Formats: sequence, C-alpha cells, structure tokens
Amino acid sequence: MSAGGITAEPPVAAAPPPSAEPGRLGQYLTGAVFLAPALFMLGVWMVYPAVYTIIRSFFGETGFLGHWVGIANYKTLFTTSTLTTAIKNNAIWVAVVPALVTAIGLVFAVLTERVRWAVAFKTVVFLPMAISAFATGVTWRIMYQQDPSLGAINALGKTVSGIFSPAGVLSTASPSTPALQSSGGALVLKTPTHPGGVALLGLTGIAPDQVPKSSVQAVTPAPKPGDVVGTVWRDFKPGGGKPGVVEKGELGLPGVTVQLRDAAGKTVQSTKSKPDGSFDFSKVPSGSYHAAIGARTFAKPFGGFGWLGPSLIVPSLLIAYIWIWAGFAMVVIGAGLASMPRDVLEAARTDGATEWQTFRRVTVPLLAPVLSVVFVTMIINVLKVFDIVYALAPESEYAKANVIALAMYFAAFQGGGNFGVGSAIAVFLFLLVIPVLALNIRRFRREG
Amino acid sequence: MTRTRIATVLAAAVATALLVAGLAGARTGAPAKAQQNTAVKGTITFDGIWTSSSGQPQFQSVIKAFNKLYPNVHVNYKPVGNNLPTVLATAVAGGHPPDMADIAQPGTVAQFAAQGKLKPITYAKSVIAANFAPAWQQLGTYSGKLYALVFKAANKSVVWYNVPAFKAAGVTPPKTFAQLLADAQTIKASGVPAYSIGGADGWTLTDMFENIYLRTFGAAKYDLLSQHKIPWTDPSVKTALETMAKIVGDTSNMDGGTSGALQNGFNTSVTDAFSTPPKAAMVFEADFVGGVITSSTSAKPGTGFNTFTWPSITPGPDAGAVEIGGDLFVTFRDNPAIEAFVKFLATAPAAEAWAKQGGFGTGNKNVPASIYPDAITRATEAPIGTAKSVVFDMSDEQPPAFGATTGQGEWGIFQTFLKNPSDVAGIQSQLETAAAAAYKK
Repeated sequence: MSAGGITAEPPVAAAPPPSAEPGRLGQYLTGAVFLAPALFMLGVWMVYPAVYTIIRSFFGETGFLGHWVGIANYKTLFTTSTLTTAIKNNAIWVAVVPALVTAIGLVFAVLTERVRWAVAFKTVVFLPMAISAFATGVTWRIMYQQDPSLGAINALGKTVSGIFSPAGVLSTASPSTPALQSSGGALVLKTPTHPGGVALLGLTGIAPDQVPKSSVQAVTPAPKPGDVVGTVWRDFKPGGGKPGVVEKGELGLPGVTVQLRDAAGKTVQSTKSKPDGSFDFSKVPSGSYHAAIGARTFAKPFGGFGWLGPSLIVPSLLIAYIWIWAGFAMVVIGAGLASMPRDVLEAARTDGATEWQTFRRVTVPLLAPVLSVVFVTMIINVLKVFDIVYALAPESEYAKANVIALAMYFAAFQGGGNFGVGSAIAVFLFLLVIPVLALNIRRFRREG
Repeated sequence: MTRTRIATVLAAAVATALLVAGLAGARTGAPAKAQQNTAVKGTITFDGIWTSSSGQPQFQSVIKAFNKLYPNVHVNYKPVGNNLPTVLATAVAGGHPPDMADIAQPGTVAQFAAQGKLKPITYAKSVIAANFAPAWQQLGTYSGKLYALVFKAANKSVVWYNVPAFKAAGVTPPKTFAQLLADAQTIKASGVPAYSIGGADGWTLTDMFENIYLRTFGAAKYDLLSQHKIPWTDPSVKTALETMAKIVGDTSNMDGGTSGALQNGFNTSVTDAFSTPPKAAMVFEADFVGGVITSSTSAKPGTGFNTFTWPSITPGPDAGAVEIGGDLFVTFRDNPAIEAFVKFLATAPAAEAWAKQGGFGTGNKNVPASIYPDAITRATEAPIGTAKSVVFDMSDEQPPAFGATTGQGEWGIFQTFLKNPSDVAGIQSQLETAAAAAYKK
C-alpha cells in the first residue's frame, strides 16, 4: 500500500457514494480546489526555479539563458581552486559540526536534567538560536579580532599571558644605530667598553607618549675613571636627527635596567637609568665589557592569535556555528529525554548499573531516533551554510573559508555575474542534499 | 565595487555633505534664467546606488536643476542601494531594465554593451566634448561607440596623512616616491608605524598597485595592461610589484604588521591612522577617505588630517596623472526625454548642483574649483577636472570575475601578495592565469 499520507485518495475511498461516477468527480474536484493554492505556490516558488536553475546550469554566463555550453560549468566547478576549496571545506563542516553539535547537545540535555537552575541554563544555551546567524557572525568577528584591545578572546589571552610574561616597558623600541645589536631579545652594544668608558645606548621607535613623564633632556655623562658610564635615550627628534649622537631635544629614558656584561656574556652589574637617561657602573674591575639592555625591557606584549587568519579561520567558523546550534540540539534532545520511560532507567539502576552504564546502554539507545533527527538536520543545515561565513570571515580569507553556498553567491551575484556557474553550483549543492533528505523522508514514513 | 566599497564611498559622501550642509543652505536659490523647454515630456526611470541617507538628496537636487529647464520630464529615481549590480544584472537578464542606471565598473558597462543591452549616447558627444577632456569620452566608449557618461568621479591618486604624526616625526608631505620611503623610516623612528593598510579589502591593494604602475609607466601603458593587451607577466608588472613591496614588505612599519593589515578593512585602516594617539601615519586611498575621517574620528581638517598627491616615481608628462573611480551613467532606452537628461548631466550646472554640497568630484572642466565647499575637497577634487591624463581604476575596468570579486581574482591575489611580498614571479603568474580565464569568456 502507498504509505504517503498526502494524497487525496484515502478519504475518497473511505466514502464510496452509491452512484459512483459524478460524486467521485465532485470529490476529485473538491480535492483539486483545496490543493490548488498550495500546488500553485509550490510550482511558482519551488518547482519552476528549480527546473530553471537546472536548465540554466548548462548555459553560458549572461542573459536570460545565454548560450549552450554543455557541462562546461560543472567542469569549472571541479577545476577552479576556490570552488574545490569550498567543496573541501563543506566536507570538513559535515564531518565536524553535526557530530559535535549532537554530542554537546546530548551532554547539555542530560546535565540540565540534574542541575537546579535548569531553566536558566537552558535559556542561556538556547539564546544564540534567537540571534540571526549574520549578527552572530559579526559578533564573533569582533571577538576574534587579533588586536587584544579589540577582540575579547585575545584580550583574555593577553590578561593571562600578562601574568606569566609581562610586556616590557619599551616593547616597540629598536636600536638607532647598527652598533646596538639584538641578541636573544636583549640589545647589546657591539663595541666593547672598559672602565673609564662611555656607552651610548640610543633607541628609536618610541612614541612620545611612551616616554615616562619624569624624563628630561638626555646628556652624555663625562667619563669617570674606574666606572663605566653611559646613557639610554630616545635617539630621535623631529626630522630624525643624527643617529647615535645625543642632541638637544632628545629625551633620556629613565628606569631602564642596564646591564654590564663581561666578555663571556655574563651580567656582572646592573643598574637603572636616571631621568636624563644616564647610568653609572661603579668600581668596575679592568677588562673588556659590553653594555646591554635586558630582553625583559623589550618583551613584546601578547599580540593575540590570528583567529581570523588563514590557518585558524575554518576552526573559528566551526566554533561560532556550534555555539549557535548546540542550544537547538539540547532542546530537541531534552524533549526526547523528558518523554523517555523512567521505569527503564529505574530498572537499570536497581540492577546495579553505574550512571555511565545507564547513560551508555539505556539513555543513548533510547534516544537514538532523536539523536538521528538532530544529526540529519545538522547535516542539511551545514551543507547550506552561508550567512555566518559571509559575516564572520574577513574578505582576505574568503578564499580559505569558502563554502559551496558562498561560492554560488559570489559566482552568480558578485563580481562574475556568471549565472551559469552559479546555477551549476546550486545544482551540485541540491544533489548533495538529496540523499540526506531522502534518508529523512524514509525515516518519517517509518515512524509515521 | 563591492558592497563595502560602495558603502564606504556613500558614507564618505554623506559625511562630507553633512559637513557642508550649512554652507550649501546659504547658497541655494540661484535664479534659473535659462530658457525652459516644455515640449519634451516623459518619465525616466533611473536606478542608482544612492539612498536617502547617502547621496540621494544630492542627486535629487541635480534632478531639480534639470527640471528647471525641462519641467515636463519626470525623473523617477529609485534608490536601489548596495545591491544595485545584482538588481541590474537580474533586471537586464529578465528583459526589464530601467531607462537609465548608474554603474561603478566600466567592466560591467562593457559587458552590457557587448550584449547589446545599452543604447549609445552619440547625441551627447558634442556636449561632452565641450565640457570634458577627450580622455573622459574615451572612458565611456566601447568598441567605438559612446555608451556612458562619467558623471561623478573620485580621485584615487591621493594619500591622506595624520598631520600631528608628520609633525612629531618632523617630515613634510613627500613629492617623490624615494622621499616617501625615507620619510616612512623617519616616522617609524618617531614611534608610529608609517603605513595603515586596509588589506582585508582587496581593492585598497589594487588601488595602490595601480597608482604605482601609473606613476612608473604612464597612462598609455596603464591602459594596455588594463585591457590585457600586455600580460601580467610583463617586466613592467614585475617592476611595479617590486616597488609596491617596498611598502607592503615593510612589516614593522605597518599598523598591526602584516597579519593586522590583512584583517583591517578600509574603514579600520582610516580610523587607526586618525585616532589619538595614532596607530599609523598615512593611508593610501581615494578622496572619500575624508568622509570617513570626519564621521568616525575627532581629527579636524588641516590641523588633524590633510592630503598629498600620490608621489611621482618616474618624472615625465604623466607624473600628475589622476586615477579615478566613478559612476558611469548608461541608458537602456532612447527617447527625447532621456536625451535631454543625458545632455544636461554633461553640463556644468548639473555637476555644480552636487559639487557645491561636497562629496562629489567631476571631470567637467567648466566647473570652477571655487564651487567645492572647503580646502581639502578642493585639493582632491579640482585636479580631476584639470588633469591632463586620467585613467579609470584598473580593477573596475577589467571583467568583474577578475577585477571585482571578493577574495578572488585580482583582489584575492593581491592579498596573497601582501602575505608574502617576496614572491613577485609567483604573483605575476597567478594574476596572468586569472586574467586570461576572465578575458576568455
């Protein structure tokens, strides 16, 4: 027997009129009248566009139909690198998202059964569903910003890393002359110095507002017998000035830890510079030394992870998408849990099963139909994913983050205006969704 | 133009318009002495990107000026907004285009012209010749026929700089490219990165390349490259890319370094350079930067921000050439009302109606520089009318699949170049492959 419950036949068969023919016709007519609006709408908004898209995919780029190109558009689809990336990315999405969303939803659903503020918790987890995917994309894009002063996630990273490796006071500074060389993050004066010598440590790349307020005009200290003296200063004045020379208008850098290293590179003395940038290592035994500023002074602040960069953009998108849909999975699975017969669970517990065994052997198998609904729905959603990628990925990473629906939009409506390739991508996407849909329909029938 | 790009231009237009609204108000009410023509009647449908918050009122005032001469022609302006390219492509494909439309890419105009969708505007040739330099007529000509009028133009050969940052570094606006590079090092030493690059928007990078190419090889060779008559593997492209690498390869001198530049969109690149304290000292982009500065930072014209002309690279007649982006007006139908409107749009009063409100540049040589509402607008817009050679934004001139698709084609490849500026040969071959595919269609 035909399992479809949509046809008009069963009620007709159920009420056979005595004088069959005219009455039967009337019944058909009534059926047709009732069906007509739905059929009309389906025809205009579903069937016609679908058929037109399929036909259009065999024609060239512009015009109502353009010219016949055969399967060239489909060849383009599988040979253009941006499109193959899109297909690959969709495969990643399908492999990761439905499974994770279902798993996270299941965990949340089971846990919310046991917590006191279940409703509040559920509301919070479900809330992202109430936000449009586009708004979510924009929000996450801001949170993912690399600059810790903009992106919330990297700001958190900065706070944490600030505790373990604080940024140096002169993190942007660089040497003003090649005489000062970088070694392991520290800046070391290449020319050796001796007791009675003067070490000039000129730095540039320091914005005026980074110079401490106590700072005054830099001076070159007079040499002192037995001491190594010198100065640390902002070796810059408007126009650049003469690098390596302390000039009028150039400020000393106070509070910088200066080290005196011996020939082996070992720090023998360290001191802090004064407001005019000068420093003095007293009673230095004779020998050859190097003046240096330690690496800690120049330690770069946490620059943030490139969540939106080429290597992390796809995982970043997946996280944001799972964040949206986990709530949906939780609610659906939660409903399944609520309708689950309690006596089975009780029985399992009475028989001495642990919580994990109950979950693994009783809850999950009983929930299987619900889990598969969530899983299949997510596969379909993920195949069609568009808006979040469009909103979240920066333009420079579209090629890396591309997905099929986005590729279709760009091919057909942006730039290229190539309706042929756009249609071909749409048809390809349609073909991908069909098996999943078929699976879903078959299950509906079985359950119906 | 992408959506963002158009939005940016619009935002800029509005901001500038708002700035000068007071001024404009004081100037209205110029007497209409010209003779009225009541014989021409009809309605013109016009699809444009300008919406009520961004340019539509200004364009309506142009229509108003037209109606003083032709009171019986009704111009029905439809503010389509950012979706204009899509709406227009669909309308044309479906066979129901508007009478007139505004298109930002010559590449799209060429496509429509090749398909026979556009009507030539040969009737306006003499009016255009009387008001514009020959180069402008050339910009609207496709396979020998005049199809488009460049009504509105944006000067892209402009660099915007943070005045206090330049002062703190003790540098003045550079005249030559060598000077620019030297100044950039001085600015870096002063503690501020020199360049702010909006690399998340690929078009900011192609614009920089185009200015370098134009300044190095002149307008004639520029046109050859934009028409793909010389390949992207040409040695000239190599030279230009190597020149560009001197800027985009100077990672430590860029706002946010390379990865920051790739994530900063055009708007961020502007706000970063003009915030206090600044995160960079200069931005290489068109006249519409001014609108973004005034609307989203507190920098003031003259004391906070200013402009200089893109520095020259090779001295010669084209050292002062101007690269423009702009709006091309095209017609899909032909009747006396449309003819009258197109002819009017090519005259100085039409351009002046918008120019005096700001956010508008024109190649119309009969528009006096005094019409522009302030010094910076005058400095950026006046050269458009007086420049000896004018070229259109190259990426807009090419087939959109190559020159105007987000993350792909030229835009995407230049973003790859920003990521790794040392691989010039690889970039050249990528560009050539993508261009060849787009031109083949």
